[in-house]
Amino acid sequence: MAGDALIEMRGVNKYYGKLHVLQDIDLTVGRGEVVVVIGPSGSGKSTLCRAINRLETIESGTIELDGSPLPEEGKALARLRAEVGMVFQSFNLFAHKTVLANIMLAPMKVRKKKKEEAAQRARELLDRVGLGSQADKYPAQLSGGQQQRVAIARALAMDPKALLFDEPTSALDPEMINEVLEVMRQLAREGMTMVVVTHEMGFARSAANRVVFMADGRIVEDRTPEDFFTAPRSERAKDFLSKILKH
Amino acid sequence: MNVLLDNLSLYGDGLLGTIELTVFASLLALVLGFVMAAFRVAPVGSLRAVGTVWVTVLRNTPLTLLFFAVVLGLPRFGLVLPFKLFAILALGCYTSAFICEAVRSGINTVPVGQGEAARSLGMTFPQTLGDIVLPQAFRSVIPPIGSTLIALAKNSAIAGAFSVTELLGVYKPLNELGYSIIWTFVWIAVGYLIVTLSISAIFNLLEKHLGVAR
Repeated sequence: MAGDALIEMRGVNKYYGKLHVLQDIDLTVGRGEVVVVIGPSGSGKSTLCRAINRLETIESGTIELDGSPLPEEGKALARLRAEVGMVFQSFNLFAHKTVLANIMLAPMKVRKKKKEEAAQRARELLDRVGLGSQADKYPAQLSGGQQQRVAIARALAMDPKALLFDEPTSALDPEMINEVLEVMRQLAREGMTMVVVTHEMGFARSAANRVVFMADGRIVEDRTPEDFFTAPRSERAKDFLSKILKH
Repeated sequence: MNVLLDNLSLYGDGLLGTIELTVFASLLALVLGFVMAAFRVAPVGSLRAVGTVWVTVLRNTPLTLLFFAVVLGLPRFGLVLPFKLFAILALGCYTSAFICEAVRSGINTVPVGQGEAARSLGMTFPQTLGDIVLPQAFRSVIPPIGSTLIALAKNSAIAGAFSVTELLGVYKPLNELGYSIIWTFVWIAVGYLIVTLSISAIFNLLEKHLGVAR
């Protein structure tokens, strides 16, 4: 895997004022790999995820995507972001556009696809996430789980090399979590490269190639799910797992 | 009543002058205001600085002083225009500072996540602003922009002091002709009401229409 790295972070540091939220982060994600990032609140896992497409700037270190370093700003950065899809905790569907228009917008604006072509692809993707009948609704008319599936379809419409998920199920009602996780499992099976920040341990066990455990801005463990959940090495991870698995 | 009927063309010219000043200065203010608001939220530091200086200088200068600066200042740099154009320039630039701040406050009502989602899809700053943020900000900026343009209509009276034909200036010749000052001003006030209530009506309509759309 290491020979074909898609995302490579080396010595990444970030501060919020005096708070050192990312401390010497080294992380490599291979092509087709699913990496789940877990950890307590404030451990820096969301920041790590957002740094990969530069929604968060970093103070030092390097982040490379498919062999090229992240550009600073402007058009080059926009081009790179088009290659990396992102799914947010709060969905962030464009509130003034229909479901179909949400998915078509970036392919038309960024990839300069024709309207018919973009619409056809958008309908295919909606069918794939099981929402083919909702194309003409507005985001506010959908449930949270449906909105998040549309958001995944919107990200997929750009044919990204990798997908970043920033707590995709944390804002959902419990009964809607599974419909979103199922779509994500399917993507993982199809070989999509994914970085997933989540609290869903079941998903981590069943879909991840690696589990990265973060605490206080550092990567504490980086292992297979099997190893991590059955025999965590660090006290911090043992403590965390005992709190979330025993209730 | 006589004062109006006897001098219908004088009142008419004044009203037309005020309408002309209001319409053209409003257009200028809207264009400049949106551009400056875009500058103020731009990722480029120098653009943000231009926007901030623009707003700070124009919003904090008394309008009369600005008129003097334009009418007396610009000709020194070789720019000689009709007084009416100078007046439109001064009014438009002055008001654009207020429009800019109204638009910016509207932009701030749009959740940050909307812009982040657009950027994460590879959209550039102008695309993000034009396709995602401004359409959603628009609804909440309609009322303050309406108020600002009403203020502009009334501020246009200052142009009268710089020999531009407008409504308030009508009182001078009428006063010399000996008409009752009270009735002279009552009809001037009615003229302003026609202009300002029209602006209100337009913005109420806009608000209703855009209230239906998402």
